[in-house]
Amino acid sequence: MAFDYDKYIRPGKLPHIWCPGCGHGIVMKGLIRAIDTLGLQKDNTAIVSGIGCASRLPGYMDFCTLHTAHGRAAAFATGVKMAKPEMNVILVGGDGDGTAIGGNHFIHACRRNIDMTYIIMNNNIYGMTGGQFSPCTPTGAKASTTVYGNPDPAFDVAKLAIGAGATFVARGTAYHATQIDKLIAEAIQHKGFSVVEILDDCPTTYGRRNKFKSVIEMMNRLKDIAVPVKAAEKMTAEQLEGKILTGVLYKEERPNYTDEYAKVIERAKK
Amino acid sequence: MSQRYEIRFSGAGGQGLILAGVIMAEAASIYDGKQAVQSQSYGPEARGGASKSEVIVSDTMIDYPKATVVDALLALTQEAADKYSHDLKEGGVLLIDSDLVKNVPKGNFNTVAFPIINTAKNEVGREIVANIVALGAMVALTGVVTKEGAEKAVLARVPEAFMELNKKAFQMGYEKAIAARA
Amino acid sequence: MAKKVAFLQGNEAAAQGALYAGCTFFGGYPITPSTEVAEVMSVELPKIGGKFIQMEDEIGAMASVIGASLTGAKVLTATSGPGLSLKQELIGYACIAETPCVIVNVMRGGPSTGMPTGPSQSDVMCAKWGTHGDHPAICLTPASVQELFEETVRAFNLAEKYRTPVMVMPDEIVAHMRERIVFPEPGELEVINRTAPSVSPAEYKPYDTSFGDVPPLAAFGSGYRFHVTGLNKGQDGFPTTKAAWVQAEEERQVRKVDANIDDIVQFEEYELADAEVAIVAYGSTSRSARFAVNEARKQGIKAGLFRIKTFWPFPEKQIAALAGKVKAFITPEMNLGMCTGEVKRCAEGKAAVHGIFRVDGEPINPGQILEKIKEVK
Repeated sequence: MAFDYDKYIRPGKLPHIWCPGCGHGIVMKGLIRAIDTLGLQKDNTAIVSGIGCASRLPGYMDFCTLHTAHGRAAAFATGVKMAKPEMNVILVGGDGDGTAIGGNHFIHACRRNIDMTYIIMNNNIYGMTGGQFSPCTPTGAKASTTVYGNPDPAFDVAKLAIGAGATFVARGTAYHATQIDKLIAEAIQHKGFSVVEILDDCPTTYGRRNKFKSVIEMMNRLKDIAVPVKAAEKMTAEQLEGKILTGVLYKEERPNYTDEYAKVIERAKK
Repeated sequence: MSQRYEIRFSGAGGQGLILAGVIMAEAASIYDGKQAVQSQSYGPEARGGASKSEVIVSDTMIDYPKATVVDALLALTQEAADKYSHDLKEGGVLLIDSDLVKNVPKGNFNTVAFPIINTAKNEVGREIVANIVALGAMVALTGVVTKEGAEKAVLARVPEAFMELNKKAFQMGYEKAIAARA
Repeated sequence: MAKKVAFLQGNEAAAQGALYAGCTFFGGYPITPSTEVAEVMSVELPKIGGKFIQMEDEIGAMASVIGASLTGAKVLTATSGPGLSLKQELIGYACIAETPCVIVNVMRGGPSTGMPTGPSQSDVMCAKWGTHGDHPAICLTPASVQELFEETVRAFNLAEKYRTPVMVMPDEIVAHMRERIVFPEPGELEVINRTAPSVSPAEYKPYDTSFGDVPPLAAFGSGYRFHVTGLNKGQDGFPTTKAAWVQAEEERQVRKVDANIDDIVQFEEYELADAEVAIVAYGSTSRSARFAVNEARKQGIKAGLFRIKTFWPFPEKQIAALAGKVKAFITPEMNLGMCTGEVKRCAEGKAAVHGIFRVDGEPINPGQILEKIKEVK
């Protein structure tokens, strides 16, 4: 029997706003399967986003959903989680939203190790505003504001998260659809701040400016560059040139913020 | 306006003058049943710079919370004496640290001088209680709050372990001021 | 039993007022001269099982309180000038998403870093016009430590009652001075909580105007699932661009305050019955004004004081009525004429308006006001 996604989608809220060929829908389905696997209660789960194409995701989902301001998802979500630690809090958004305007909230959520899961859909571009370069646009790539080629170096989102103190960091791609739910489920189960970066595609504003002839070509690129962490262990530096590691990249156990604050309450009440 | 009495504690940041002002005001409003307002102005420095703490005491409602014509001024540094003595009223009380304020502000004031900081350091035993020595002196010189009220206010503000030290500092300041005035 | 009495700083009283009102969440970022509010909340909230969080910046602080408010908590943040500027986008978010929250903004010199330890009253326009777009604005300007406590309680009540952000804006003098405060007993001051939904989760809509201009607000995690966004939204909370609806909703959000001005606006009239010169003042400046009025009366000059307690919505009706009675207004303020402009607008030329402006980090003293009274009487 086919998986029943409708169980988790708000009636009447589809179709979504995403363009044909965009990978955000693949990620949303992966998230739904992960939620289903874990049996998360709709009433007890908040899905929080910022601004951008990816940030429209919560509106389609039948949960407690909060579509905030550009870059601020992690800060709003921190308020939700602190006030009601018993809720599952999941953040979704794009690369510009999360690592540029929201970069400060992102790194501090990592540092606090607050028990939330952040799914970053990295399509290397500001899609909703028409294709301006983001902190994740590769050097040399074309965007509407880098028509002569992007002079900026790009962030490695996973390294950024690890460096800032996130205790679970994973990466997948929109091509590897069946892996997404597993990564997200593991991330949600992890106690602490977990980050799942999904390499995504934006055919409309990135693909056509960067010589991708079709969505299939963009998807094939994701397929070609992805190397599972395990496989990478047996590869040489030369073989790994231009590749991107996927799977669970980092995991550690460290006290999480709301548990630590519960101890503050205990000490204050003495 | 006749009931309004204005006191200014001035010196350098870190000397505890804001606390001295707070205790004086607490003595008046909590223990003596008068009206009191304490306010302060300070610079960006946590230590050093010029700092002042003002206390208005009155029998009736206090509207303007800052000093208008100062009845009594404490200056623990030369900078404070220079900067904050301009609006001390004629016949007002001027208390200075005799070691630190060498150029005594000119005017028709009842000037009282004794080595406040050195008293704390050498006779009480800790320089940190110079503000309480100064407070004791200001209580003696102004008479605007009762000695009992002020002592209670001091003790309510300090940790158990430092009560004796502060009691001694307050008493020493009180006595030295009376002796210096005579 | 005698009531609890304490000698408190204004900022401490604001924090105590918030706790009295039932605040259980504080999100903040350190900024002079408001930090004592955060410090008190960091000590007191965990004692009652509440939450204090120091966020990574002013914007994050504002975001955290909105997030917490949506779980049903009563929430507070505190800031000062530059922080208020940074918070403005999300204050707009709280307005359109109709999320109750209270912001204590201690007014210091500006713009930008300005004079961080000096008093000012130059944020009053920012309280109304700081965030973009049309939106309701409520701003209270207390003048004493006791009043800062009471007005913070009232700010929570107004935020909860009207589902909107409310600002409490003491100037640095009121925020930092210390006075005796008598703590009200529990139950002595009214404490209002937001209206919870009376319908089932299936029927619930977060902006259901069939319940009036202030629809009931459910809490995340209480069995009600709903969507919150900063986009123009329909009754169900989902984005909409339907022209007629968006227009009606924008108007409703502003009407929540405009139609309830008499419930919100508070002021104090002092010696105004026969006054020829009316001083209009707020915050610590109103205390200088009262001093000056007393002095003027002693000298036989008919001066009075209209003290603004609620700056927004502005007491338009009262100022307009006064304009028909007095010869002149004097508007002392620690800015270059913000309230003065409002008084002129309301006076419509019926009485002259004379400003006294100070932006040098010093308070306006009673002598300055008295001089002006004599000049214009």
